[in-house]
Amino acid sequence: MIGLPHYLLLGAFLFSIGLFGVLTKRNAIAVLMSIELMLNAVNINFVAANKYVAVNDVTGQLLAIFVIVVAAAEIAVGLALIISIFRQRKTVELNDFNLLKW
Amino acid sequence: MIEFILPNAWLIPFLPFLGFALIALFIHRWPKISAGVSIAFIGTAFIFSLLVASAVFSEPGGAVYEFTTRWLEMSGLKVDMGLLLDPLSAVMLIVVTSIATLVQIYSIGYMKEDPGFASYYAYQSLFAASMLGLVLSNNFGQMFVFWELVGICSYFLIGFWFGLPSAKNAAIKAFVTNRVGDFGFLLGILFLQIIFGTLAFSGLAEAVPEYTNMAVLVPVALLLFLGPMGKSAQFPLHVWLPDAMEGPTPVSALIHAATMVAAGVYLVARAFFIFSSVPEAMTVIAVIGGFTALFAATIALVQNDIKRILAYSTLSQLGYMMMAMGVGAMTAGMFHLTTHAFFKSLLFLGAGSVIHAMAGEQDIWKMGNLHKKMPVTTWTFIIGALALAGIPPLSGFWSKDEILLGAFASGHYGLYILGAFVAFLTAFYMFRLIFVAFFGSNKEGEHAHESPGVMTMPLIILAVAAVFVGFVNSPFMHHVFGEFINHPMGIQPHPSSMIMISSSLIAVAGIVLAWLIYQKQAISHLAIRERFKGIHQLLQNKYYMDEFYARMGQIFVYGAAQVMFWFDIHVINAFVDLLARFTGKSGDTLKYTEDGQVQNYALYMVAGALILVVVATMAAVSVIA
Repeated sequence: MIGLPHYLLLGAFLFSIGLFGVLTKRNAIAVLMSIELMLNAVNINFVAANKYVAVNDVTGQLLAIFVIVVAAAEIAVGLALIISIFRQRKTVELNDFNLLKW
Repeated sequence: MIEFILPNAWLIPFLPFLGFALIALFIHRWPKISAGVSIAFIGTAFIFSLLVASAVFSEPGGAVYEFTTRWLEMSGLKVDMGLLLDPLSAVMLIVVTSIATLVQIYSIGYMKEDPGFASYYAYQSLFAASMLGLVLSNNFGQMFVFWELVGICSYFLIGFWFGLPSAKNAAIKAFVTNRVGDFGFLLGILFLQIIFGTLAFSGLAEAVPEYTNMAVLVPVALLLFLGPMGKSAQFPLHVWLPDAMEGPTPVSALIHAATMVAAGVYLVARAFFIFSSVPEAMTVIAVIGGFTALFAATIALVQNDIKRILAYSTLSQLGYMMMAMGVGAMTAGMFHLTTHAFFKSLLFLGAGSVIHAMAGEQDIWKMGNLHKKMPVTTWTFIIGALALAGIPPLSGFWSKDEILLGAFASGHYGLYILGAFVAFLTAFYMFRLIFVAFFGSNKEGEHAHESPGVMTMPLIILAVAAVFVGFVNSPFMHHVFGEFINHPMGIQPHPSSMIMISSSLIAVAGIVLAWLIYQKQAISHLAIRERFKGIHQLLQNKYYMDEFYARMGQIFVYGAAQVMFWFDIHVINAFVDLLARFTGKSGDTLKYTEDGQVQNYALYMVAGALILVVVATMAAVSVIA
């Protein structure tokens, strides 16, 4: 029988994959995609918690929808930034974005 | 009239104060009216003082009237103000008001051309008010207030010609030196309040003799004595008085010879019940007084400035008075204060008359032959000098003789010999001044002229006083002064003809020696100077006391400043520097974490969040466990 711990493990697994991607991928697009993974891991946690903990409520599902909205907006802004950086520097390699330092 | 004045004795200091306020606020634009107002008020105060004195001296032993009112009251502290009319204050009232009146009249002539004429009279009135308030105080607190007021008036009047750097500096020097003494005086007063709970002379007079803890009373008495040491210019706080001669000469006569500098002696007499119950303090007073008398007299031997000779003479005579107090001859001390006030103000006003005639010249070697041109000044000056030298039957003879007698009768033979020697020096330096300045062969006195009547009239009155005041405590008047001014703890020995004759001979010897050297020129004073060059240098430079103080100031003040500077640089500043350096160094080191790699920053965030999680978990576990 699949229960809450399975969902939470899946969420944690997905979150870790996303975090690993955010910290290690060179490509800015890939980093954005990894962030999506982390956000979706959170969504799974919300929905699962809604189903098993607060049965008569919809708060978790509502928050998941909010997260999807914010993620969409974030992707729009993030891609726009990456495009404008690309136009300037002809690259999307994060290692090359190192102007803001000592 | 007497019934009116006794309860209204506060008018005596109040009238001159009113004069000061009127001049300062309203009429200073009319100098002549200002002078008139000032003289009218001090003259009225003089008449009131005579009435008070007549009431006080009407009873055998002297009547005492005291009026007190509560000034402020709080828990643990009650401050009274009041008036004390007794023989002691009555004598001082007459001395102060009479000399102040004469000096103010004299100043009409002396200060005539001065642009600050009106403000001069304002200060004079304020001084008279303060001095009379001091004399009438019935407790230490009120006395301290007036004590400071006379100090500030002295400051104003020494620095009256503040355009001159020397006058300005002298005023500051006087103020600062007095500050040192007054600091101790105030501490002594505070101790009295703490120990006895009262500052009234009447209350303390009962409480102090019964107090037996000498370990407390000795320091308190010595602290109190610091006040008189400053005000009466006793060694080592004497340095301000000679410099105070930068003020106008009538000021020197009134404040720095007759009245204010005598306030210290008056205080010792007033608080005699304290000092006389502390033998150690009495010894200190006697020794300091005696030493000051000798010290100042020797300096006076070689000074060339007419006012400075008189200033050192004043120091020396104040030393005599203190010595008298110290040996217990309180009557003699107060008596000498009284006679000295008259003949010394006479001498100063005479010197002022000479300076006036010589257009500001004060060097006695540049005068000479003045007796032909200025007969009144010359003869009154000689009377004053004879009185100071102690030639019978002038006033100084009776009072100085009593001091020597007091020293002898109380067994202080060393001080007696010292006093007799100082009497010889006194006669010598005064007649050196007279023979050089008034009878010298120098022709520069030729164009001098006698001063106007407004200046010679006070001289004549004071000369008469200088001759006759001494009789009030002579055998001819049955020592009437001593019947009123005395203290159970004081001594009033019987006159001794041996001492009278010897001190007269000593004085005559001094005069004859001065005549031989400076008039007959049987002995060349230049040869003596050459022979004792070192001593002459030492005296001419006032034992290098000023230089000594300057050096001490440099060593101690500058030394302390150096230590403070070191502390500031190496401790306080170093600590601040350390903070700055730590901040800078840590910034220098940590800046390399800001490498511009966004993913590194994210890693730091994750690491931080993980640490927080771990810490929170462990805390939760430990709470559960």
